[in-house]
Amino acid sequence: MSVNDGQMIASRAARRMRWVGGWLLVLLLLPPLAAAAPLAERQVLENGLTLLVASRRALPIVTINVTVQAGSLWEPEGQAGLANLAALLLTRGTMTRTAAQIDEEVDFIGASLSSSAGRDSSEVDLTLLKKDLPKGLELLADVLLHPAFDEAEIGRKVREIRAALRKRQEDPGEVASEAFNELVFGSHPYGRPLEGTDASLSAITRDAIMRFYRDHYTPERSIITVVGDVEPKEIAQQLRALLKSWPKGKSTGERAGDPKPMQEKPVVKKIDRSVTQANIFLGHQGIRRDNPDFYAVTVMNYILGGGGFSSRLVERIREEKGWAYDIHSYFYPGLERGAFQVGLQTKNETAGAAVGEVLRELRQIRDQGVTDQELADAKAYLTGSFPLRLDTNRKLAGLISTVEYYKIGLDYADRYPKLIEAVTKEEVLRVARAYLWPDRYVLVVVADQAKVALPE
Amino acid sequence: MVAGAMRHRMQDVMRRTIAAAWVMLFLVLAQGIADAQVTTRVKESILDNGLKVLLLEEHKAPVVTVNVWYRVGARNEQPGTTGLSHFLEHMMFKGTSKVGPGQFSKIVQKNGGRDNAFTSDDFTGYFETFASDRFELALELEADRIRGLLLDPKEVESEKKVIMEERRTRTEDDPVSALREVMEAVAFQVHPYRQPVIGWMSDLEGLRREDLVRHYNTYYLPNNAMLIVVGDFKSDELLPKIQRVFGAIPRGPEPPKVRAEEPEQHGERRLVLKKVAELPFVFMGYHVPDLKHPDNFALEVLAYILSGGKSARVYKSLVYEKQLALFAGGGYDRESIDPNLFSFYASVMPGKTAEEVERAMTAEIERLKSDLIPNRELEKAKNQIEAGFLLGQDSVFNLARQLAEYEIVAGWRTWEAYLPGIRAVKAEDLQRVAKTYLTPDNQTVAVLIPTKKEKR
Repeated sequence: MSVNDGQMIASRAARRMRWVGGWLLVLLLLPPLAAAAPLAERQVLENGLTLLVASRRALPIVTINVTVQAGSLWEPEGQAGLANLAALLLTRGTMTRTAAQIDEEVDFIGASLSSSAGRDSSEVDLTLLKKDLPKGLELLADVLLHPAFDEAEIGRKVREIRAALRKRQEDPGEVASEAFNELVFGSHPYGRPLEGTDASLSAITRDAIMRFYRDHYTPERSIITVVGDVEPKEIAQQLRALLKSWPKGKSTGERAGDPKPMQEKPVVKKIDRSVTQANIFLGHQGIRRDNPDFYAVTVMNYILGGGGFSSRLVERIREEKGWAYDIHSYFYPGLERGAFQVGLQTKNETAGAAVGEVLRELRQIRDQGVTDQELADAKAYLTGSFPLRLDTNRKLAGLISTVEYYKIGLDYADRYPKLIEAVTKEEVLRVARAYLWPDRYVLVVVADQAKVALPE
Repeated sequence: MVAGAMRHRMQDVMRRTIAAAWVMLFLVLAQGIADAQVTTRVKESILDNGLKVLLLEEHKAPVVTVNVWYRVGARNEQPGTTGLSHFLEHMMFKGTSKVGPGQFSKIVQKNGGRDNAFTSDDFTGYFETFASDRFELALELEADRIRGLLLDPKEVESEKKVIMEERRTRTEDDPVSALREVMEAVAFQVHPYRQPVIGWMSDLEGLRREDLVRHYNTYYLPNNAMLIVVGDFKSDELLPKIQRVFGAIPRGPEPPKVRAEEPEQHGERRLVLKKVAELPFVFMGYHVPDLKHPDNFALEVLAYILSGGKSARVYKSLVYEKQLALFAGGGYDRESIDPNLFSFYASVMPGKTAEEVERAMTAEIERLKSDLIPNRELEKAKNQIEAGFLLGQDSVFNLARQLAEYEIVAGWRTWEAYLPGIRAVKAEDLQRVAKTYLTPDNQTVAVLIPTKKEKR
C-alpha cells in the first residue's frame, strides 16, 4: 500500500469535523438525490476477511490486491526486516509448490504475482486475464495460506537483500533518504530501512518468520480487492471456497505507536561522497492519515511543493534559479505520523543557497499563507484530477484498498471534492504553522562536502 | 546483419504487413478472440498541412489523453550539438506569445489535468491527460506551441542549467546509467544512436539559442508531427474541432532524412568503466533488426524466453539458481526506427565476478543455439505476450503511446501484425535468430569496475 499518495485520505476524524461545520455541511452529508455508486461492493466473510469487488468489464482482465496488517509497524524489537522477509517469501514456495514452480505457473498464464511489505501494511498483487482466473486464484490462495518458508529460500532471500542494501549505497538519494528517516524517527519502524540491516537480518530466524506470518497473515487482518471483468457474486463464491479454511488469528496484533517527538533544534547531517550533485532532504515528522487536517495539509503542500510546476518550490528553485531538475515536498501520512520532507538535487556548489531558499519558502507560507488564486488553483487540480486516479484497474484497486484499510469510506469519490472545496485560506495558514517547522528540522546533505557551503 | 537500405526494406515489410493482416483476420475468426485488435477502431485522418491525426475512442473511464509527437530525437542530432531535441522539449514549456513561460503546466493543472513530455532516440512526445469534460483545452495549447515558441534567451540559459542538473542526476552520479551510455557509444560507431538522448555534458554547455531555433524550425512542423487522442470522446464531434484548431498551421519543408547507417560489426567490442560504485555491472549488446524486419517476432519471443518473468532463463539461472547476479535480464529494442540492440544486463552479487556473470550469460545464449526451445516454454512466452497485449490496454495513455511508437517507426497499422507474427514463431526460428544475431563477433561487452571510494 502506498503511503505516499499525499492526496488520498479522509478519516473518521474528518467526518467529525464536518459535523461541527454547521447546517450547511450537515446538509451536504444527506444522500444526494442521485447518489454516485460506492467504489466497490463490500462484504465480510465468515472468517472475518473483507472482500471488495468493482466490476469493470471493458477488457477481459482482472486485478487483485490483498492488503494485510503486516507491515514493519508490527515487527518485534530488534527484528528489522522481518515483515519484508515474510512478505517476499510468500511467493518463494508453498507446501505443494517450489518457488520455481510458482514462477513457471504464473508466467505460463502471462500473469504477474508479487508480494511486498510496507511500513503500514503488506500486499500481494495478482494481475491476469479473466480466462485464467481459476488458476490464478488457486495460486493466490496457495501463497497466502500455505507458504513453506523453506530454509534454503530464506538464505537466498537474505543474501539478495544484503546485496541490495549494499548496492543502494551507490545511489546518493537512497543514502540521504535512509539517514533522514533515521534522524526523524529514531528506532521507530518509520526510521529504519524496511529491509533491515546486516545485523538485524542475522538475528531473524525461520521460527520468527513463521510466527510473524501466523500472527499477522490472518483473514480478519486482510482485505481482498478485486477489480475487472468479474461478477461480484461469482467471484465472492470462488474466493469463499478457496479461503474458507483460512483460520482466524489469535494474536493481539500489537504494534509500534507514535514515533518519539523530535528534538527542538535543527539537526544537520553531512555525508561526504564523490558525487557531482548534492542530494538534499529537509523535513521532520508530519501527520497521521486520520488527522482531521489532512485535506487542508494536502492543499497547503500542493501549493508549497507537491504541485509540480504549480508549486512555489519548483517556481523558485527550478524555474527562477535553474538550480535543480527535481524539487518537491511530500507528506507521508500513515497509521502513525509519517514524514514531511523536501527533497532536491543540485550541484554541490549551489547546495547551500538552495537550502536557504527552501527554508525561506517554509517561513513565507507560515508567515503569509497563500493567495486566493493559489487556493483556487490547488482545489481545481485536486478535485478535477480525481478521475485520473481511478482510470485503470490497477489504480482503482489501489485506491479501494487504501480507502478500506484506512477506514475512509467507500463513498470517497463523492466526498473527496467536497472536503477539498471546504478548505479555507485560514485553514491553510493554520496547518502551515502547525505542520511546517523551519526551526526544528532534520537536514541531510549527501555531497562532495568540500564544495558545499551550508547556510548558518 | 541489418544495416541495409531503409527504403528498400520498408517496401518489403509493407507487403509482409498486408499478408500478415490477412493471417491475423483468419486467426481472429478461427480463434474467436474478443476484439483484441485495437487498431480496427483507430480513425486516421491527415490534415491538409500534413498533420496526421489518430483518434481512438475508449469509453471505459471518463478520461482523455491528448498526445502530440514529433518525428525528431537524438537520432536527428549531430556531434557537438547532442541533447538538442531534449533541450527543445524542455523549452516547449517556456513560453509562446500566447502562453507565458511556465504557464503551460499551470493551465493544465488548474483544469485538473496532468502533462509531461519525453524525448527518445527517435521521437519527442508531449501529453496531457484530463477528465473527459475538459480535455479540448489541450488541443489549443498543443496547436499554439507547434509554431509559436519564443525561445527567450534568458529562459534558454536558465533551462540549460536545469538540464545539466538532470544529467547529473540521471547519468553522472548513477554508475549503471553511465555504463549504459558508454556501452551505446561503443556499440554504435556511425549511427547517431551512439549519442545519449540527454546529450554529452560538454555539448550541453555549448548549446545556443540559435541551435534551438534551427532545430525547432526544421522539425516542429505539422507535417512532421502527429496528434493522437485516446479516451472518452466522440470522434465525429472532435475531428472538426481538430481541423479548426490545427488546420491553419502552415506546412513546412520536409525535414532532412537521417542517412547514417551502422555498418555490420566484425568482432567483439569490449570496454570498462571505472567509477565509484559498490558492485560490478555487466551489459552485453548485440545489433539486431527493428520491427520492420521479419525476424522481429522471433527476437521478441526470444526476449521473453530469456527475460520474461522469474521463470525466464536469465533470471532463473543467474539470479535464482547460481546467485551470481542480484538482478539480471535482457531486452529487445524492437520499436526503433533504425536497427538497435538486443541487450543483456546483470548486477554482480558480492563475492562474484563480472567474468563469472558474463560466462553464465554466454552459456544461456549458447544453449539457445544448441538446443531447441521446448514446446511448453515457447507457449509460455507467447502466452505472456498475448496477456501483456491485453493488460497493456487498461491505460489510455499506454494505448496512445503504443500507437505513437508504431506510427513513428513503421506506421501504426504495423501493430496489427504483432500478435499474428508472434503466434507464427516456431522453436526453429528462435534457434536461427540466436545463431544469426547473438554471436561473439556482433557483441559489445561493457563492464563497470567499482573503484575504491575516496570518501565515506
